[in-house]
Amino acid sequence: MSENNSFVRKEMISERIPPAADRGLVKWVRENLFSSAFNTIMTFISLWVIYSIIVAVTPWFLNGVWDAKTVRECYDLLDGKSGACFAVLKERFPQLIYGFKYPSSEYWRPNLATVLLIVALAPILFRRLPRQLLIFTAVYPFLAFWLIWGGSILTSVSAFLGCAIAVICYRRFSSRSFAIAVLISLIAANVWWIIGGYIVDLNASFLSLKVVASRDMGGFMLNLLLGTIAVCLSIPLGIALALGRQSGMPIIKWICVVFIEFIRGVPLITLLFVANVILAFFFPPDTSIDLILRVLIMMTFFNAAYIAEVVRGGLAALSKGQYEAADSIGLDYTQSMRFIILPQALKISIPGIVNVSVGMLKDTTLVSIISMFDLVGMIRGPILSSTDWNGVYWELFGAAAAIFFVVCFSISKYSQWLERQLETGKR
Amino acid sequence: MKTSFILGAVTVAGLTAGAAFAGTLDDVKARGKLNCGVSTGVPGFAEPDANGVWQGFDVAVCRAVAAAVLNDSDAIEFVPTTGKTRFTALASGEIDMLARNTTWTFSRDVDLKFEFVGVNYYDGQGFMAKADLGVSSATELDGATVCIQTGTTTELNLADFFRSNNMSYEAVPVETGSEAVTNYLAGACDVFTTDRSALAARRANFEVPTDHVVLPEIVSKEPLGPLVRHGDNNWGDVVRWTLNALITAEELGVTSANLEEMSKGTNNPEMNRLLGSEGNLGEMLGLDAEWAKRAIAVSGNYGEIFENNIGAATIIGLARGVNAKWTDGGLIYSPPFR
Repeated sequence: MSENNSFVRKEMISERIPPAADRGLVKWVRENLFSSAFNTIMTFISLWVIYSIIVAVTPWFLNGVWDAKTVRECYDLLDGKSGACFAVLKERFPQLIYGFKYPSSEYWRPNLATVLLIVALAPILFRRLPRQLLIFTAVYPFLAFWLIWGGSILTSVSAFLGCAIAVICYRRFSSRSFAIAVLISLIAANVWWIIGGYIVDLNASFLSLKVVASRDMGGFMLNLLLGTIAVCLSIPLGIALALGRQSGMPIIKWICVVFIEFIRGVPLITLLFVANVILAFFFPPDTSIDLILRVLIMMTFFNAAYIAEVVRGGLAALSKGQYEAADSIGLDYTQSMRFIILPQALKISIPGIVNVSVGMLKDTTLVSIISMFDLVGMIRGPILSSTDWNGVYWELFGAAAAIFFVVCFSISKYSQWLERQLETGKR
Repeated sequence: MKTSFILGAVTVAGLTAGAAFAGTLDDVKARGKLNCGVSTGVPGFAEPDANGVWQGFDVAVCRAVAAAVLNDSDAIEFVPTTGKTRFTALASGEIDMLARNTTWTFSRDVDLKFEFVGVNYYDGQGFMAKADLGVSSATELDGATVCIQTGTTTELNLADFFRSNNMSYEAVPVETGSEAVTNYLAGACDVFTTDRSALAARRANFEVPTDHVVLPEIVSKEPLGPLVRHGDNNWGDVVRWTLNALITAEELGVTSANLEEMSKGTNNPEMNRLLGSEGNLGEMLGLDAEWAKRAIAVSGNYGEIFENNIGAATIIGLARGVNAKWTDGGLIYSPPFR
């Protein structure tokens, strides 16, 4: 019977294309934009908003004036039409990037330092690159100092050699005791720095670049400088604070707890005012410490306290078994932290650290309030108050937002990529 | 309570440590640079140009002092200060003098322990309104909305003025002058009030300046001038008489054009004393005989500085008004050089 059943199909029917309303763009639109009456209304309202923004903004961009000496000239050229005055960006571009006191003949130095910064960061950011590049990363801070601040290269070389000596001494003695090794390397480095100081003083003009004082730095360069240095210094400090807070030794523990809680309990702007205003009273009139240095110290402390809490979260997320396992195979405290605990804890903390650091980079614009001319300070102060350009707000602040967006967005994209790379345990 | 006491004690210790140092004049000479506090930017008064060189009416005072003391009008470290940081910068010794359109008031002079050495600009609070509002006097502003910077003396003056004229107003509080202008142009308020010099500077850059009028009333006194710390009278004298030298030069008709000629000696004994060909006024100040000549040589006398930075021929276009010299019916007056 079954053999004669002509209603049984012998071969598969090829798949049919879904109905027009259930595929491609139409389906997406139906599901996402017009799935209900409420969504349909919202879609139309959104479309109308987008349309009116585009209609309003496009002529503003297209009519933009790029060649003018003053804002009044811009108005004349626009002749009543709506349009941006981008000429201010063109004329004051170096001021926005470098501040108004960095000598223009030396602009190549911060530029070069920025390019080299990317090279130096590359081996840290991407694990596939050859490890030898890390040598350049170690040299970079000293090289960058020489490039940006100028002076004789011997200053940087001497500082670098001091650090190198310290590392060598630590390696040599670390097998005996951690504390002794640290002490010896500190002494050795300081002895070298004293000797090196004399040598530098004798040859002050050797390979010397024009000296640029800290207070002459400004613009986005200052934001990047403050952000990079504060973040770099605060990560090790933050890790140390987080470990200190977990320590069994009461004095260390309480110092760390008080430090972290005090810094986290105070707004950054307050600390900056302290750096700018109060600290000046503690120094005699002629020995005042650089304002940038004061601000940098405060920002490092601030960021370190937050990173410490992020890292503490990472440490707490590890199961107790990890600590016990490290102890049971006979590792001492330093070793268990280095090989077992921190690699796992830091991996968990990466999103938090990046989050805090991007926030720090943006917070560097707060220095405009204590009359430092960073990117926002330049706009708010000298440029918007100049007779030529006062009244040009949208163009300037839009440019500042764009610059920050590019930098911060790339950082967060990178951190997302890094998280995916490091998700080895959960794959 | 206890911490504030400790902080106070430390502050006092810091202040006395500063005062115990050698005089500011010697410090400046030894340093070879004058640390002059200016604003972060006020059109016409202090602003860095496209090349990063500070220009302006207040900056000219700094330059004159530097020229008188150090014989170099560029030997200045301009320290930009905000309204919030200016007084601590001066009190802590970070700057030697402050030339930052600062109003001379009782409490700043007495309580904050500063010494105003003179007045280089007599300002006053004014109102700006759109021309099509049809208002010709501030007394017609009953019921108006007013854009006002919070936390300033102008805010208090505004309240006083409207109360004494039995008028009501609605305040639109904003943080900065730029924000106030944006609000005003967007129509968030009918009237914008601040110092008249700032009103003029802002109006100059409007798209159509003639659509806006600055009303004639002046509702407050804002004498702006340079200041120094209390307790170093010699340095105060140097700054005061440098400013007076610029003013006297205008009175006597000494300009940057005829300075060289006049300094060779004239029939006018006061001019000779001023320019150093007679008497020993410079020596009394701790400077040399040609100090005032150098100060005037930088950018001319008071009148020239005014006209070049904020005067009628510039974009800002301020008339001399009360800032004319006293012989022209203004308030700018210098004690005699004798």
